[in-house]
Amino acid sequence: MGIHVSTKINGDDVEFVCDAEETLLDVLRDRLNLTGAKEGCATGDCGACSVTIDGRLTCSCLTLGAEVEGREIGTVEGVAKGNELHPIQQKILDNAALQCGVCTPGIVVAAKALLEKKPDPSEEEIRYWMAGNLCRCTGYDKIIRAIQDAAAEMRG
Amino acid sequence: MRYEAPTTVEAAVSLLSAEAGLAKVLSGGTDLLVQMRMGMMEPDLIVDTKRIPGFGDIVEENGGYRVGGAVPSAELNEHAGFTAMYPGVAEGADLIGSTQVQGRATITGNLCNAGPAADSVPCAVAVGCVARIAGPNGKRDVAIEDIPQAPGKTSLEKGELVESLFFPAKPANTGDAYLRFIPRTEMDIAVAGCGISITLDDTGTCTAAKVAIGAVAIKVLVVDEAAQALIGTKVDEAALDALASACSAAAKPITDKRGTVEFRKEVVGVLAKRAAKIALDRAKGA
Ligand SMILES: Cc1cc2nc3c(=O)[nH]c(=O)nc-3n(C[C@H](O)[C@H](O)[C@H](O)COP(=O)(O)OP(=O)(O)OC[C@H]3O[C@@H](n4cnc5c(N)ncnc54)[C@H](O)[C@@H]3O)c2cc1C
Ligand code: FES
Ligand code: FES
Repeated sequence: MGIHVSTKINGDDVEFVCDAEETLLDVLRDRLNLTGAKEGCATGDCGACSVTIDGRLTCSCLTLGAEVEGREIGTVEGVAKGNELHPIQQKILDNAALQCGVCTPGIVVAAKALLEKKPDPSEEEIRYWMAGNLCRCTGYDKIIRAIQDAAAEMRG
Repeated sequence: MRYEAPTTVEAAVSLLSAEAGLAKVLSGGTDLLVQMRMGMMEPDLIVDTKRIPGFGDIVEENGGYRVGGAVPSAELNEHAGFTAMYPGVAEGADLIGSTQVQGRATITGNLCNAGPAADSVPCAVAVGCVARIAGPNGKRDVAIEDIPQAPGKTSLEKGELVESLFFPAKPANTGDAYLRFIPRTEMDIAVAGCGISITLDDTGTCTAAKVAIGAVAIKVLVVDEAAQALIGTKVDEAALDALASACSAAAKPITDKRGTVEFRKEVVGVLAKRAAKIALDRAKGA
């Protein structure tokens, strides 16, 4: 029997029907065609599925779709304003902080959540905050630089 | 599988009691969903507690704090009053997983998952945390060390769930601390851990202590001999050595890929000593 869920995703009202065991990640990707969040591990280790729920950074692979009734979800699809990239997205491009790109949506969502909480994080704070976002390609350094550049730009 | 999100604790108890198959409580889901995904667990019913009023709240009570069963670690660590009173407990909870995991993982889930290496449990035990359990026969308060029994096994009866955790008011001149050893700096499971609480009198003599060790037995252990090694002393080097020996002696670890029996016994003593020094500084208000 399907569970009916009403929620808000990136500011838009969204309704969907899902099974009890279905994760939010599966709902986003398979039912709502929001394929930005990726399944890297499905066990909370890689961060590729990162979203925010009521502003709090979480793994959508460790959340049931049924749990988000009445909550507000933020995904990578809501980060850019139309064609205008968010500073984090732009700085990731400028710094060549991606290769295959599988980790990138999670990195963008996690970094945005960090800068909203802490506009001027130290490198150590960035590394700890991002410890749950694995990247097999870049070696992390460029990602850290991109976040620092974005933070500087956002502080103005 | 059915998913239910009741809005009263009584309804949660009824659902859990009435289910003939496997019923599981869902807090943050950071253990439960992984276990379901790996096929280790196939619940017939999931009862999500996050819609029950109070489960998401941290409230002052008798000079201490009552932390709702569904409060995630990230929120606990943003609570200025709680982190000031029990920094060691907050630090233990802050070690659980990544930022993303922290956004959901609860101390209650860490406790009820009954993993021997649960990072938030030893220090919560050390400061005297008491769980309020709701069940078919009403409510009861239980010291949290009595809940985990063995990996994945708790003393909770059918139909019972943890409603909240009560952290009593901190006595004067008291400090707490938790340290664990992992091979990496983040995102790993403790090879050994130690939570400790120390209370001093005005002359700096230890009058009360509680020591709990993790990842070195089938459950988190309270080590009375370790506390006795500190009580009546100024927590000097000799007392710290006795504390370390008592923890090493009490540990009953296993050998696995992360550490041998000998290594774990040794390391738990070293951690106890280091944690005691931090707790001591905190007790002195340093
Ligand atoms: C990537 C990753 C890294 C992790 N790293 C660590 C780590 O470093 N240290 C560590 O200790 N843990 C770690 N964990 C494990 C996990 O995050 C913790 O154990 C967490 O505290 C569990 O809390 P939860 O709220 O998510 O529990 P849940 O998954 O919701 O529940 C866990 C268990 O407790 C039961 N339960 C939950 N709430 C109640 C209740 N109110 N009453 C009765 N039973 C209940 C559930 O039925 C289930 O059996 C990690 C997990 C992941 C995915
Ligand atoms: S897919 Fe969710 S953390 Fe890897
Ligand atoms: S760019 Fe390939 S995983 Fe990060």
